[in-house]
Parts: sequence; structure tokens; C-alpha cells
Amino acid sequence: MVTTDVTWEDLSEGTAAEPRDFGPLTRTDFVRYQGASGDFNPIHHDEEYAKSAGFPTVFSVGMLQAGILATYVTDWLGAANVRRFGVQFREQVWPGDTLTCTGTVTKQYEDGGERLVDLELACTRQTGGTAIKGWATFVAP
Amino acid sequence: MVNKGAVGQTGEAFDLVVERGKEREFARATKSQNPEYLDDPVPVSPPTFLVSSVFWAPPGAARWGDLQLDMRRVLDGGREFVFHGPPPAAGTKLTSQSRVEDIYEKEGKRGGTMTFVVTVQEFRDESGELVAEMRSTAIETGKPPTEG
Repeated sequence: MVTTDVTWEDLSEGTAAEPRDFGPLTRTDFVRYQGASGDFNPIHHDEEYAKSAGFPTVFSVGMLQAGILATYVTDWLGAANVRRFGVQFREQVWPGDTLTCTGTVTKQYEDGGERLVDLELACTRQTGGTAIKGWATFVAP
Repeated sequence: MVNKGAVGQTGEAFDLVVERGKEREFARATKSQNPEYLDDPVPVSPPTFLVSSVFWAPPGAARWGDLQLDMRRVLDGGREFVFHGPPPAAGTKLTSQSRVEDIYEKEGKRGGTMTFVVTVQEFRDESGELVAEMRSTAIETGKPPTEG
């Protein structure tokens, strides 16, 4: 799935990566991410705590789906080439959700002698709802 | 009510080391099988990896004087990572410090003023060069989300 040999010539405004599905996500995925990241908010793993806060069950860590979106885009354009990666959180992600990541080049340009591309990214739930809106800038060798 | 005078206030600086094993754990937790993270002996870190700097942070790292955020009304507005070159690779020693960058208001669609608090966490290498920035936006809503 890793195709990091994409170059400047392969890209232009409107170039889209192949969409990719991740999931269904499990509670174990949430816990594993919480351990890796150091965010131990109990709302993501403690069923009783989540219910007492008014939620039907635990829900995913926003930064987990952000990290999955980052995995998707670095697989496409290369781990060392990222210069900017941003996310805005929209809908919550629940156990059993399958996420679809998409990415499109919105701008191709040179700046300070570097060839760069700006990207629009999204992470969508199986319901069609947007979990994350993202953006990124990559060096395009 | 957010204290706008908090803009420019800094948290306690701290040191951290980008570790290969931690990178590997993080890459796998974010469902990556990219050999650039898993096989390279000196892998660059994943784009959102620097959130895990919290493991190195002292209690005062994110204490910005009296910001006076009402945590019951705070939503996570988003996160942005900027790298001034390739992301820091395994073995890199970094010094990190957070500061309150901006506080501004917007009128919410459902009434009530929303206050946006932007904090930036800087990461510098041993020569003092700025390597990466993590920008976080917290939104204090006009009323608690549960009363929305």
C-alpha cells in the first residue's frame, strides 16, 4: 500500500490519491492509541465514565483518526516529505466505524527553491459524515 | 470567561528524545505499515507523533498563568503540525516549550460567543533551530455542550 515514489511530475492540481478504508475500529484500537500517545482521557476507554457523561458508549480519540489520516497521506507522498499536517474535528467516531480517507492536490508550487504541494484531506465515516477535515503540505521530489 | 491577558505566556520548557521504539509503537497504533517508520534504522517521526511529548512534560509545561478556561465548555478545535524540514528522526534531542499564541472570539451559530484559544508548542534541536511546531486550538463555547 506504500507508494512513496510519487514525484512532482506525477502530481498536478486535482490529482487524487486512491481512497482507502480503515477499520472497523475497535475499543482496542482506541486503547492502543491512548497508550502510544499518552492521552488517557477515560471517556475513550471507560464505559461507565462515558455513560455517566451522557454518551451511549466510549468513542474514539480525535487524534487517532488524525493519525490514521496522516498514515494515509504519508503512505502516498512519503514520510520525510511532510511539512504541514492539520486537522479539524467534526463528527465523533464510534466503535465499529469504518473510516475512509481521501486526499487531493489543491495547489502545486515552488517556494524557496522547494517543490511543494498543498492537499485537502478528509476522513469520512461509513454514514457519509465527516469525522475530520484535514490539510497538508508536502515536498514533491 | 477567558483571560485575554494570557497571550504570550509560556509554559515550562522541557527536553525530550525522539525514540525509535516509541515511533514504532505510535506508527502501529495509527495503522501504519510504512517501512519508512518500521524498517528504517533512523526513521523520521510520524506527522502527529509529537503529541506523545506529553510523556516528557513536567506538570508546568501546559500551565499558562491564568487562562481561566471553563473546561466544561471547552471543545478541541483542531491541531496543526508544521515541520521546518523532514520531521525529527529517531535519536533527535529536542527542547520544547508551549506558549499562548492568540485568543479571539467568534459569534456561534446557535447564539453565544465562542472563544478560540490557540497555543503553540515549539520543538528546537540542540543548536536552537526551530524543527517543529504543534498548534492546538481550544474552543470555549458560550454554554456547556450538554445544554446546547
